[in-house]
Amino acid sequence: MNSTNIAKPLVENAVWQPEELLERPALEILQTQRLRALVERLGKRVPFYRDAFARLGISADDIRSIDDIRRLPFTTKSDLRENYPLGFMAVPREDVVRFHGSSGTTGRPTFVGYTRADLDLWANLCARFLYAGGLRKWHTAQVSFGYGLFTGGFGLHQGIERIGASVVPASSGNTARQLILLQDLAVEYLICTPSYALHLIEGIHSGTLDRNSLSLKGMFLGSEPWTEDMRQRIENDLGVYVENNYGLSEVMGPGVSGECAYRTGMHVQEDHFIVECIDPETLEPVADGEEGELVFTSLSREAFPLIRYRTRDIASLTRKPCPCGRHTARMGRIAGRSDDMLIIRGVNVFPSQIEEALLRVKATAPHYMIEVDRPRTLDEVTVRVELQPAMFSDSMAELSRIRDQISASIHSVTGLNMKVELVPPNTLTRFEGKSKRVTDHRILQQG
Amino acid sequence: MKINQIAVFLQNKPGHLSGICRTLCDQGINIVTLSLADTQQFGILRLIVKDWERAARSLEAAGYLVQIREVVATEVDDRPGGMAEVLDIVSAAGVNIEYVYAFTFQKHNRAVLVFRFDNADKAIEAIQAAGRNVLTPVDLFTEE
Repeated sequence: MNSTNIAKPLVENAVWQPEELLERPALEILQTQRLRALVERLGKRVPFYRDAFARLGISADDIRSIDDIRRLPFTTKSDLRENYPLGFMAVPREDVVRFHGSSGTTGRPTFVGYTRADLDLWANLCARFLYAGGLRKWHTAQVSFGYGLFTGGFGLHQGIERIGASVVPASSGNTARQLILLQDLAVEYLICTPSYALHLIEGIHSGTLDRNSLSLKGMFLGSEPWTEDMRQRIENDLGVYVENNYGLSEVMGPGVSGECAYRTGMHVQEDHFIVECIDPETLEPVADGEEGELVFTSLSREAFPLIRYRTRDIASLTRKPCPCGRHTARMGRIAGRSDDMLIIRGVNVFPSQIEEALLRVKATAPHYMIEVDRPRTLDEVTVRVELQPAMFSDSMAELSRIRDQISASIHSVTGLNMKVELVPPNTLTRFEGKSKRVTDHRILQQG
Repeated sequence: MKINQIAVFLQNKPGHLSGICRTLCDQGINIVTLSLADTQQFGILRLIVKDWERAARSLEAAGYLVQIREVVATEVDDRPGGMAEVLDIVSAAGVNIEYVYAFTFQKHNRAVLVFRFDNADKAIEAIQAAGRNVLTPVDLFTEE
């Protein structure tokens, strides 16, 4: 194998579970068996799939090789919404031991359930990337992701516990307390947003934080878009090892893929997920190395398995050999979205939510534009709203009240504070066809 | 008797205010007085002009957001305390002022106050009961 252009690993090349090393023929046989069993199960238990299979005239017997997955229907976020709240549940309610959820376009989350076996699997999948990133049982790891419906906090927590390391469940927020925990418990691994890592760097540069007061060795960053440049900066300035991983609650949560010690992309845990990369317009597969929309089938989940879930995340796949010994497909960083979803401070936001917020203030939604920026380390959003004649008043108090109402409405729909600017009518750009409402000034694409 | 005031939504951007004045100038409309209320991001320009209907039409045609609002104009002596006397009258009547602006009236060496009250009729009644003049458009726009 030619691996001359791959840098020597900074951490030990390690494998948490032996099945991570399955060779492709064995892996594909396993995937095919699991897919056939999944089709059998979902055809019986989930009306959405039962109807879709009937429409396509397909049954479990038709799944003979891994390529047969292309005969199966896609599942989209709107399918999940239309079957809200629990239409995709494939087990009796009594077998569900936990619910998580992700934010959606309508202000209501998409719920996902987990059986005890699902939680066990999920813990191992998180342990896989944590272990590959250097976490061991004698370490202490702090989780600064929110513990709640969001899968980040609990997912990472379980993975750390599975490895046997000490976990500090700091949860999100309260940066002063985060720091006390990091220092006083001599935390070696931190699970946090890239913004928080940059915040620590600022503290060190400004002299308010002494690097020697920290025992940090490594970080597992996530829940916000970030870039290879940011990794470089965090590794250089903080002197830590930074690992990337990927997941989404519809498919499982964190742990769907993660980097190995060679960091040549994120290994998809293909024994439990089938990954496809498609052209979002034609829905045809794209070649390895080309960017497309990632599609996942969660083979092993009991409570909420999905077939060919369209993530809307754009990335490329590679199946070139990796010196780590795994044969699984690797995905590049998420390069964007095939829909208009924005991730603001780790929260999923759709422009349609802004529209909904505006509709709550006035019966007809005015034209609006969303501008996203990251002036320092935190995302800031400005929503420009064209005043309609009915909204205009000669009274400043009245206009300010309308602006504040819009702000409050946006906050109640998205949970985020956004700056609202009122602008004269017909001053914002109009686009033909699919309207482009978002200008994202954050420089996040990797160079 | 009330006066029609034109309010125009103003973006705090170079050229926005001059564009409005230019539009009125092109129509041969003279601005009797104006007042500007603004925040960092936007403002409200309030204008008193004689031919308010034509002014509003031409501003709207030029794409501005316009609102016509009846306001109350009253004369005061252009001397210290002139304004305070009127304010005392309306406050005694329990009327709230939403905004007020003033200009001096060339012909009588007097000042004119333009008010928006929360209750205009009650304010007018109180001002007139105190023996003061509430200006009509004729008073305001008749040239000497």
